[in-house]
Amino acid sequence: MNLIQILFWFLTGLALFSALMVILSKNPVHSVLWLIVVFFAISGHYILLNAQFLAIVNLIVYAGAIMVLFLFVIMLLNLNKETEPQKNVWMKLAGTIAGGCFLLSVCNVIYNAQVTTLELNKKTVLMGEGNIGLIENLGKKLFTDYVIPFEISSVLFLSAMVGAVVIAKKD
Amino acid sequence: MPVQYYIYLALALFSIGIIGVLTRRNTIIVFMCIELMLNAVNLLLVAFSKMHHHAAYLQNKASVVGSEGQLFVFFIMVVAAAEVSVGLAIIVMLYRNTHSVDINFLNRLKN
Repeated sequence: MNLIQILFWFLTGLALFSALMVILSKNPVHSVLWLIVVFFAISGHYILLNAQFLAIVNLIVYAGAIMVLFLFVIMLLNLNKETEPQKNVWMKLAGTIAGGCFLLSVCNVIYNAQVTTLELNKKTVLMGEGNIGLIENLGKKLFTDYVIPFEISSVLFLSAMVGAVVIAKKD
Repeated sequence: MPVQYYIYLALALFSIGIIGVLTRRNTIIVFMCIELMLNAVNLLLVAFSKMHHHAAYLQNKASVVGSEGQLFVFFIMVVAAAEVSVGLAIIVMLYRNTHSVDINFLNRLKN
C-alpha cells in the first residue's frame, strides 16, 4: 500500500464515521461539528484527486460559510439536547430499513455491473496527477464555454438573498 | 484507485443522508443530511471526471477532457449555498411561529 491508498482509506473511514455521528448524535451542535469533519474528509478526497480548486472552494463555502450559518441558527434558536424532538422507535427502524434497502439494491446493481460486463473493473481514477482540477483550466472553461450559466447563477444568488430577507423579516 | 471504491463511498454517504432524513425530526438535522447527500454526489462527479480524464491523459498529458464534471460540482455548490440561505430563513420563520423545530409542525401547511 502506498501513501495515496493509505490516505484514501483513512479519509473514507473518517467520512463514513463522521457521517454516522451526524445522524446519531443527540445534540444538534455536535451534529454540525461532525458534519464539518465530513466536509474536511471530502476536501481531502478532492486533494487526493488533484481537484485543488474544488477542495478549497468546498472548505470555504461549506465548512466556512454554510456550517457557520447552521451554527448561528442553532444558537439563535437555542437548541440543545433537551429540546430535541424524538421520533418513536418504530419510525426510526422503518427509516433505517428503507435506507438500508436503497443501499443494498444500488450496491447489487454496481456489483452486477462489475461481474457481468467486466468493463467497470478496467476504469481507474487518476490520483494526484492531471491538471484539469487546477484553477487555470477551470477558470478558462468557466469564462468561455460556461459564462452564461455563471451569469445566471449570479441572478440566482440575488433572488436567494432577497428571498431570505423577505422570508426571515418580522412582519 | 478503481472507480468502484468511489462509487461505493458516495453511495454509503448518500444512504446515510437518506437514513438521517427519514429518522430525525429536527428540521435542521434533516437539512444537514440533505447537504450530506449533495456532497456525496459532488464526490462522485469529481471521481467520474477524473476517471474520464484518465483515458485521455494516457494519450495526451495536456488534454482537458473531463473538466466539465468539476464545473458542474462548482455549480452544485453555488445552488447549495443559495438553497441553504433560503432554507434556514424558512426554519427561522417556522421557529418563530411554532416555537419548535419539529418537522411534524409542517403538517399544518396542508390546511
